[in-house]
Amino acid sequence: MSLKVTNSPFNQEQIDLLNRLFPTLTESQKIWLSGYLASAQVGNQEGTVEAKDTTKGNTPQTRKVTILYGSHTGNCEALAKEFTEQLQAVHLEVECLSMDDIKPKNIKKVEDLLIVTSTHGDGDPPDNALSLYDFLHSKRAPSLEGVRFSVLSLGDSSYEFFCQTGKDLDKRLEELGASRLYNRVDCDLDYEEPAQEWIQAVKQELGQEAVSSSAPASAVIEEQTTYSKKNPFKAEILENLDLNGRGSNKETRHLELDLEGSGITYEPGDSLGIYPENDPALVEQLLQVLEWDGDLTVPVNKQGEELSLREALRSIYDITTLSKPLLEKTSSLSDSLQKWLEENDSKAIQDYVYGRDLVDLVTDFAPWKGEVSDFVALLRKIPVRLYSIASSQNANPDEVHLTIGALRYEAHGRKRSGVCSVQCSERSSIGDHLPVFVQKNSNFKLPEQKDTPIIMIGAGTGVAPYRAFLQEREETEDKGPSWLFFGEQHFVSDFLYQTEWQSWLSDGVLTKMDVAFSRDTEEKVYVQHRLLENSKEVYEWLKGGAYVYVCGDETYMAKDVQNALLEIIQKEGNYTAEEAETYLNQLRKEKRYQRDVY
Amino acid sequence: MGRDEGKQSGGAPSAMERIKQDSNFLRGSLVEEFGNRITASIPEEETKILKFHGSYMQDDRDVRQERKHKKLEPAYQFMIRVRLPGGVATPEQWLKMDELANTNGNGTMKLTTRQTFQLHGILKWNMKQTIQEMDQALMDSIAACGDVNRNVMSTANPYQSSVHSQVYDTANRVSEHLLPKTKAYHEIWLDEEMVLDGRDEDEPIYGPFYLPRKFKIGVAVPPSNDVDVFSQDLGFIGIVEDGELVGYNVSVGGGMGMTHGDTTTYPQLGRVIGFCKVDQATDVAEKVVTIQRDYGNRSERKNARFKYTIDKRGLDWLKNELNDRLGWSLEEARSYSFDHNGDRYGWVKGDGKWHLTLFVENGRIKDEENHQLMTGLREIANVHKGEFRLTASQNLIISGVEENEKETIEQLVEQYGLSDGRYNSALRRNSMACVAFPTCGLAMAESERYLPSLVDRLEDIIEDAGLRDEEIVIRMSGCPNGCSRPALSEIGFIGKAPGKYNMYLGGGFKGERLNKLYKENIGEDEILASLKPIIHSYAKERLEGEHFGDYVVRAGYIAPVESGLDFHN
Repeated sequence: MSLKVTNSPFNQEQIDLLNRLFPTLTESQKIWLSGYLASAQVGNQEGTVEAKDTTKGNTPQTRKVTILYGSHTGNCEALAKEFTEQLQAVHLEVECLSMDDIKPKNIKKVEDLLIVTSTHGDGDPPDNALSLYDFLHSKRAPSLEGVRFSVLSLGDSSYEFFCQTGKDLDKRLEELGASRLYNRVDCDLDYEEPAQEWIQAVKQELGQEAVSSSAPASAVIEEQTTYSKKNPFKAEILENLDLNGRGSNKETRHLELDLEGSGITYEPGDSLGIYPENDPALVEQLLQVLEWDGDLTVPVNKQGEELSLREALRSIYDITTLSKPLLEKTSSLSDSLQKWLEENDSKAIQDYVYGRDLVDLVTDFAPWKGEVSDFVALLRKIPVRLYSIASSQNANPDEVHLTIGALRYEAHGRKRSGVCSVQCSERSSIGDHLPVFVQKNSNFKLPEQKDTPIIMIGAGTGVAPYRAFLQEREETEDKGPSWLFFGEQHFVSDFLYQTEWQSWLSDGVLTKMDVAFSRDTEEKVYVQHRLLENSKEVYEWLKGGAYVYVCGDETYMAKDVQNALLEIIQKEGNYTAEEAETYLNQLRKEKRYQRDVY
Repeated sequence: MGRDEGKQSGGAPSAMERIKQDSNFLRGSLVEEFGNRITASIPEEETKILKFHGSYMQDDRDVRQERKHKKLEPAYQFMIRVRLPGGVATPEQWLKMDELANTNGNGTMKLTTRQTFQLHGILKWNMKQTIQEMDQALMDSIAACGDVNRNVMSTANPYQSSVHSQVYDTANRVSEHLLPKTKAYHEIWLDEEMVLDGRDEDEPIYGPFYLPRKFKIGVAVPPSNDVDVFSQDLGFIGIVEDGELVGYNVSVGGGMGMTHGDTTTYPQLGRVIGFCKVDQATDVAEKVVTIQRDYGNRSERKNARFKYTIDKRGLDWLKNELNDRLGWSLEEARSYSFDHNGDRYGWVKGDGKWHLTLFVENGRIKDEENHQLMTGLREIANVHKGEFRLTASQNLIISGVEENEKETIEQLVEQYGLSDGRYNSALRRNSMACVAFPTCGLAMAESERYLPSLVDRLEDIIEDAGLRDEEIVIRMSGCPNGCSRPALSEIGFIGKAPGKYNMYLGGGFKGERLNKLYKENIGEDEILASLKPIIHSYAKERLEGEHFGDYVVRAGYIAPVESGLDFHN
């Protein structure tokens, strides 16, 4: 196409010159020229060309451009890719990603942000824009000061909420402190032309950018409190969701807690302790059978602090587990209990305490004598609960994530529930706070040597630390081979963190993954079966220096996995059973066989 | 003709063409991908090859966002569509599909608008077993989807039995003749021995690229246009003279699909170009398919259907090309007359046997608390000795019932509350919806789950107007691809967004005229408000025997559309 006065900003003389020049240019000369002109604009120079080695280029110093697209039918994706090429042709550094593919936490690292998005249905973001859209509209959205942006939105004007997603993002980015590089353009079905006009205008704006501006980072120094087990940090709940899909027998909570300002540090493999609180309904039930007034005050520590009985039973004392010592201690307050203890042996006592709680004890051995404070003084404090951390702090600087299986069962005619897990499930909303501390675990750590192969074996919530491991490896770009064995009940509903493993597999952060879903097939399949199926390769990994990690249920899974490992070593290494034991013990001594089982 | 070709042929082949070419005659990496336990999906490219095997990968869209939030992949599942020429199934086949729907599927069966069974909700790990069990009952799903000739339809109701068996025979032969020759299906699903590298294979009709797009064939026997013969890429209209089937008029270039907002796409009616004898039908079908193979647009899939090929080059070009390829010429078209495109319900007798057409709302076979349709039909299949015939309007005919078996069937119909439509309004009996949400990946709005309740609301108006027994064809599709043939209805709806539809009026009752956009992007309130006055004036002003679609044209509510080229004007 040749330039005319009517289709360009030049006069006839310029047009003639340009039209004579353009047909003679090679592709690389054209690209060079456009880059040169853009940079000339930057430096505000007159357009004289110094003779230079053209192969060297004359790339203007620019900020990095990030193009994010939200696309349902592929139009925006295609446009975004086209724009990327156009901008690269003028020597801009450009990254083009689906909105799904940028980690929300990286959004604050972008410099110049171009958004190309469609609107879906009744004003909704396209599927692949949803996560980022929600993140930007959540209270976790970071400040975007210093970011410059422009939005191109595609839509269909026959819809009520025409280009709504583009409008929302445009508004939100401004609210978050980003500055608008060029006004948003809303396109109807015939988007091609306005889209091109938009990118041209954006290109011009980007070209005008002055070279560098380094604002001094303002150092914020805050008074730091040291948090610890004795002084737990009240962490705000940022996210709390059930990882299991519909139809599952399980409920596994994924919690994200805010550690900002706590100074707490942790490493993959560490655990987080939570101070839980008892279920208020159970407290009421206990008060009822105790026939005591919940508003009475009782001392709760040696310093003489007092709380109401109701509050003490809820937040201080363990009311859900019984023990032989507890029975013995409380027998001074119940004649029938004293008598029963005299008549029964240790086995019977153990049988009694298993699966029963304080409500059972109080009911079964009424009446009780003495004062409220006498009774309460015999109770122990609620024990903290420890959970393997499911996140890497390097990847989530101000957060810690947990994977908690909600425990519910029926025993002795009553429904019972795990104190902390069901608190997290039923009585912990986003915005609530949990008292937490980090419990270091030096026995469950990634290899110190980078690039070491690792085999990770876990069932159910036992998969949590491996999420931390892989986040860490991704963040530190540790390219060591990794192999994950995961087991649960059903593929469809119980594949915890499924999409995250899938994306790590496709990125190569995770090398291999094998899964066993025990209730999907007639014959039950567990992780140990998958290990045995891969016997030869597992042994090769061991010989290649792999670290083996096992996390989860101790009684069944960890034992079966250990037997499978012994079988593999024996079979593939031609060892006797004893030699295989020695081999595994050696691995353990070398810290190459680590377990976090419970 | 001379439409603006826009982005039509001449461009680079679409990505799909490379996928087909690289698939090694439809094998792709299906075996490997179906063995991957980490995802219940297969890669997108493989889904395109899988279509040729009669299956679509889908997901339960009701839970898509919920699962994403839970860090679970979409609830991927597969739909299997059987190849069932003319919609004829034995009781054994019915029972097998019923069993598979309950063991491996979502507990329901869908009778489709192309006279076949669809199972939904099959998990990846159960696909092979499902297909093998279908095979044992002599059913396959080869070419039920994909860029090939699809399930061949034929008029379902056998009240002119001698003719109908011949017509069914034509449908069957055409279907067999146009099957892909690759052994991929047998290797992948039925464990038959591998053809080593596929190089020994050949697709004499299709070639390695198969067709540019899907291809649909239907055979109609006047006066019934139940297969909507003018919606087909290739239609055969049975010509009966003196009670004998003498041959077929040949109709070409019909098709429903279009794309919202793209006026180079449009639904089109087939046009009759001549007549052939019964035993020439297969030859005609093959040659028409090869013309589309050679001339169809392979760069822009939206413009790749046969209708665009014809509209671009003209009907005369097509006739010449076809006669050249045949080596003989089609005769002059014979006269014929259609009078409806819906089903005729209840018992009819033909060829000494009884046939019962049952109304199945939107073709969904399932058990509900108060309506045990699936169980009832299973009980019938257990005793029935004739056939099941699936109709193009998603209904079901219990066909070939001996006089002395009739009472048994009647009792089961009564016991399970199955319906011959007698207690339904004529509007409902003539309603049809595609699947749409939650399984169809293309759906923009509800269809099957919504149309029944819209009809509830319309019935109030219809009854007010005294039109309860007036047959009005109403169809809804969740997207503009138009599986329920909405462009050939008197009242048509095409989904645009959840709760929002384009409403079309003025289609012909016999499936001979397209409808036209009346209102764009409206919700239920506006649908009802718009239709109410029209229905009332129809009740007052209609002429003797005048159908709703004809009335709205005569009364000037909408312009008639005799060709798809006028659809957007």
